[in-house]
Amino acid sequence: MRFRKEWNKATVVAIKEVAQNVLEMELAPDNGAKPFSVGSHIDVQVYVNQKPEIRSYSLVGEQKDNNCYKIAVKKLPNSRGGSAYMWQLTPNDILTISQPNNHFELNLFQKKYLLIAGGIGITPMLGMAQVLAKRNADFSFLYLGKDAREMPFIEDLKLLNLKNLEVYESTKNGPYDFEKLIVDIDISTQVYMCGPMGMMQTIQKNWIKFEKKASNLRFETFGASGNFVSQAFEVHLPQFNKRILVAENQTLLEALEVNGIATLSDCRKGECGLCAINVLNYTGDIDHRDFFFSEDQKKENKKLCACVSRVVNGSLTIETAYKLP
Amino acid sequence: MQTANINASFPLNAWYVIAWDVEVKKELFSRKIANKPLVAYRKTNNEVVVLDDACWHRLVPLSKGHLKNDEVVCAYHGLVYNSDGRCTHMPSQDTINPSACVKSYPVVEKHRFVWVWMGEPAKANPDLVPDMHWNKAENWAGDGRVIHVKCNYKLVVDNLMDLTHETFVHAGTIGDIHVAESPFETTYNEKTVTVTRWMLDIVPPSFWQTQLSKKTDYSGKVDRWQIISFQPPCTVNIDVGVAPTGTGAPDGNRAEGVNGYVLNTITPETEDTCHYFWAFARNYAIDDQSVTIDTREGVAAIFRQDEDVLEAQQLAIKENPDKVFYNLHIDSGAMWSRKLIDKMIEEENKIAKL
Repeated sequence: MRFRKEWNKATVVAIKEVAQNVLEMELAPDNGAKPFSVGSHIDVQVYVNQKPEIRSYSLVGEQKDNNCYKIAVKKLPNSRGGSAYMWQLTPNDILTISQPNNHFELNLFQKKYLLIAGGIGITPMLGMAQVLAKRNADFSFLYLGKDAREMPFIEDLKLLNLKNLEVYESTKNGPYDFEKLIVDIDISTQVYMCGPMGMMQTIQKNWIKFEKKASNLRFETFGASGNFVSQAFEVHLPQFNKRILVAENQTLLEALEVNGIATLSDCRKGECGLCAINVLNYTGDIDHRDFFFSEDQKKENKKLCACVSRVVNGSLTIETAYKLP
Repeated sequence: MQTANINASFPLNAWYVIAWDVEVKKELFSRKIANKPLVAYRKTNNEVVVLDDACWHRLVPLSKGHLKNDEVVCAYHGLVYNSDGRCTHMPSQDTINPSACVKSYPVVEKHRFVWVWMGEPAKANPDLVPDMHWNKAENWAGDGRVIHVKCNYKLVVDNLMDLTHETFVHAGTIGDIHVAESPFETTYNEKTVTVTRWMLDIVPPSFWQTQLSKKTDYSGKVDRWQIISFQPPCTVNIDVGVAPTGTGAPDGNRAEGVNGYVLNTITPETEDTCHYFWAFARNYAIDDQSVTIDTREGVAAIFRQDEDVLEAQQLAIKENPDKVFYNLHIDSGAMWSRKLIDKMIEEENKIAKL
């Protein structure tokens, strides 16, 4: 469920580099940490080009008795600017954050589980592994990344003495064979995954291909990554006789808003489909980063979710819902 | 998302009865428990499912919808949820929003009741369901009801933990001067509070005269007992009965007497309303259905008298916000019970505050 957000001040109490390009941060909210379940995230107000924006970060691990929220932030060279802001913080800095919300709740009463984490997507998955290990649940954990040095919290996973933990480094072992993984998953297994868009889309494609039960695949995305590295691109709106530029660290939706083009949006992470706009023409490639459109719809390239999706090596001509009688 | 329960009069980490077993059918049933509107139904395999009664989309109560293949279809826009609360269908789109879920609650069916766990799911241990086994046991028969009472659930617990009130509220049926004037003993431990009262060598009140006649022709004086036991936060079982005087009941031989259990569990609905589930189980005339109906109706009439007092008390509490209770010696059972409840809430808030 979605809960009304309450914003509060929080102090950065500790910062630690827990893997290459990954900072772990402990935030102490002024009004005390609220109870949360694993899979929860907080929203954080960040500043990009001096303008406030909201970023979501999963809470790492189970709740601890220290009145803090723990998050981990990966430095992404091509990010929208949120990670750069988080990386320049120092202890005692003050942030504005929301209470924890859980849109990725672990159901405790399943027969079997498979948890899949890709890179920084480990953040919500670590707590799930801790809870399931405590309950002696039947589960496997697959942690994928380029290189173990860039993969945080491997030690925390090892501490759990899991029977079925696989840490997979793609630089050593090549691309992971998801097809083989998914074809054998049975109907009593619930899969929870979090990771880069490419990984999640591949898993989802195979899930559909092998006709697995849709409600058994659970995932969360904050719309942070895509199949291509983000680039700036130009957008033409013949309706309004306007050309606008979407900066490398800006979404199409934000660019439309800044330029006074009326839009609708809600989730702003590629789930709800409210910000979908019509594509009249494009050059280059459309990088669909949403989970609203089906694979077939994405292939048609007739619509895209302005909140996350973009164009690389080209430009875009679109129309919004505005229509004169 | 778990919500902190600070300042509530009830803990969330507890099993609460949401319904009698027969109330939950293969159709949608709604009831509010601990301030949360819930929807319950039975799957085709008879397992009970309890979900939040608010659609993830625009919060319309799911109980207004219908069941289709063990899944709930929202009455407004047709979103479908499975028994885990996971959305399985969304209208006019090819995909399902990954965060679309309603909360599903741990459920146990035991002692003819459906119990739901409102707190942290990881703590929902079925072994913690209060013992009310007399409600479904060999050699015991009976039945009961659920009543909606407009008072805080603790006022009902107070009422049951001190039966002195029988003399005044239930004069002529189960109440007589012996109840109010006989000594009682209150004991407690971490898990229970017990109030024991024996009324020796008395003329039985009319209710018990009738019950005894179901078993024997004896019409003389009796030894009467009331052994009240509380299991936090809201279950009160009362072991009651009479046996012919001198047949050894106070020493443990109840063979000549008649024994009943008044089984009560009071689920908080809001801060000033509750669902009061009760049953009367007996170990005599167990094959006689008319006794089941007679005792159920008799107890129902007696409890209506309590309802009247309790609702007036709740109203008076509201109308006298500057006043607090004055506690008497007779309130020891209620006060130990409240201590155990407070401890549960304190533990929970300690965790919540971490």
